[in-house]
Amino acid sequence: MKQETSTLETDDPFSDTLPAYTLVNLRINGQTHKLRLQPWVSLLDAIREYVGLTGTKKGCDHGQCGACTVLVDGKRINSCLTLAIMKDGAEITTIEGLADGEANHPLQDAFIEHDAFQCGYCTPGQICSAIGMFNEGRAHTLEDVKEFMSGNICRCGAYTNINAAIMEVKSKLENE
Amino acid sequence: MNSFSYNKVTEVAEAVADLTGHANARFIAGGTNLLDLMKENVARPDHLTDINKLALTAIEETEDGGLSLGALATNADTAWNELVERKYPLLSQAILAGASPQLRNMATNGGNLFQRTRCYYFYDTATACNKREPGSGCSAINGINRIHAILGTSEHCIATHPSDMCVALAALDAKVNVTGPYGDRVIEFRDFHRLPGDTPHLDNNVQDGELVTSIELPPSNFTQHFHYLKVRERQSYAFALVSVAAALELDGNTIKDIRLALGGVAHKPWRDCSCEEAFIGQEATEANFRALAEMILADAKGYGSNTFKIELAKRAIVRAFSEALKNN
Repeated sequence: MKQETSTLETDDPFSDTLPAYTLVNLRINGQTHKLRLQPWVSLLDAIREYVGLTGTKKGCDHGQCGACTVLVDGKRINSCLTLAIMKDGAEITTIEGLADGEANHPLQDAFIEHDAFQCGYCTPGQICSAIGMFNEGRAHTLEDVKEFMSGNICRCGAYTNINAAIMEVKSKLENE
Repeated sequence: MNSFSYNKVTEVAEAVADLTGHANARFIAGGTNLLDLMKENVARPDHLTDINKLALTAIEETEDGGLSLGALATNADTAWNELVERKYPLLSQAILAGASPQLRNMATNGGNLFQRTRCYYFYDTATACNKREPGSGCSAINGINRIHAILGTSEHCIATHPSDMCVALAALDAKVNVTGPYGDRVIEFRDFHRLPGDTPHLDNNVQDGELVTSIELPPSNFTQHFHYLKVRERQSYAFALVSVAAALELDGNTIKDIRLALGGVAHKPWRDCSCEEAFIGQEATEANFRALAEMILADAKGYGSNTFKIELAKRAIVRAFSEALKNN
């Protein structure tokens, strides 16, 4: 069951030598999570390991693959290359926050419809990234979409179907 | 990643003061390069001063008709800023040629200037690198150096500067405003980054404790004939093998003013004003662009796997100017 807030306490084995844990409020998918974190915990690790939302994936952990893409205040970023402590109070949206109750986000349905994945590991990042791209409003053609999705690598090579899913939802959104 | 302490500051003076008392404190803004280097154990700060709350995000016109880019405006917000797109489209093009959309949403203008080289040996702590560990040697000179420099190198380092944005800033005669323990100062862009010489561990001339607050662009007439050409191993999301920022101001077909800066070829964005001056008053022809390319690359030196860059750069220059001419 979802709770309004959750708190995670961990013993600090290095408390004599390292900085104290800091209280960080992470707003993820509309819920506030009060976490006690050390400063070097990435936003990605906080989301996965401390909050337990494992939809966001750790691929390269160096900002090269895009598997960790989440939306922060509506903008897509690589959650592996930012510290959780830097995002205190920001509105974070992960793949788990896109559906409206039981109803998938249109892009989630389109990915299923177009068979836009094989192993599925890059998919949460692809979908969050595409929504960030829609928010930016700069992608108009298929060529634009390819360029503006280049930060998300699919090692299965499902790009053709990923692009088809994105283009379908893009035109639907524009016609609304 | 090694452990470190962390503090979030809200005032510029507080940011500068926050660095003192630590052996190796660093500012963090977007963090896209610094955190990567920390994960690789190449950067090991003991303290991070988070400057993201400083009021340095504005992009606004200056009194002289130029533009001031806040150090903390993101690369994405800068490239897509209405004033930048209209008055400095070369800069927009260059920024959008770099990184990925996610990274451009995080990376800041100030941080972009401090990007470190992507030399493989700099990143690999098992190898010798004078930039990472002064005096240890350069593994690239006799190693695999496909991505390395052909201009302004030294026997100690042949690393390249990785930024696209900085190549356009060099072409556009930007100035960098910094503040620090000894007050404010302005650094001309050509003096901002350094050549490796015998101190390749120093990328730039910013002093310890100094903070970039803004980048200033003088008024520019390069709104019609400009092109940023980036040649790389794949079509998108890769560092430049060679990049060219080309801009022309024409009177008929005669060159009234010309700018040429190169990326991917040196330890800093490469610009040679004497080459540009030689072509003012000349016709904007392919032959003249080739002659300009020969001139700016006259002293280029290859190290084996990167020797192809010399001819590649010349052809890229001709193509970039040819594209610039096509703009109506």
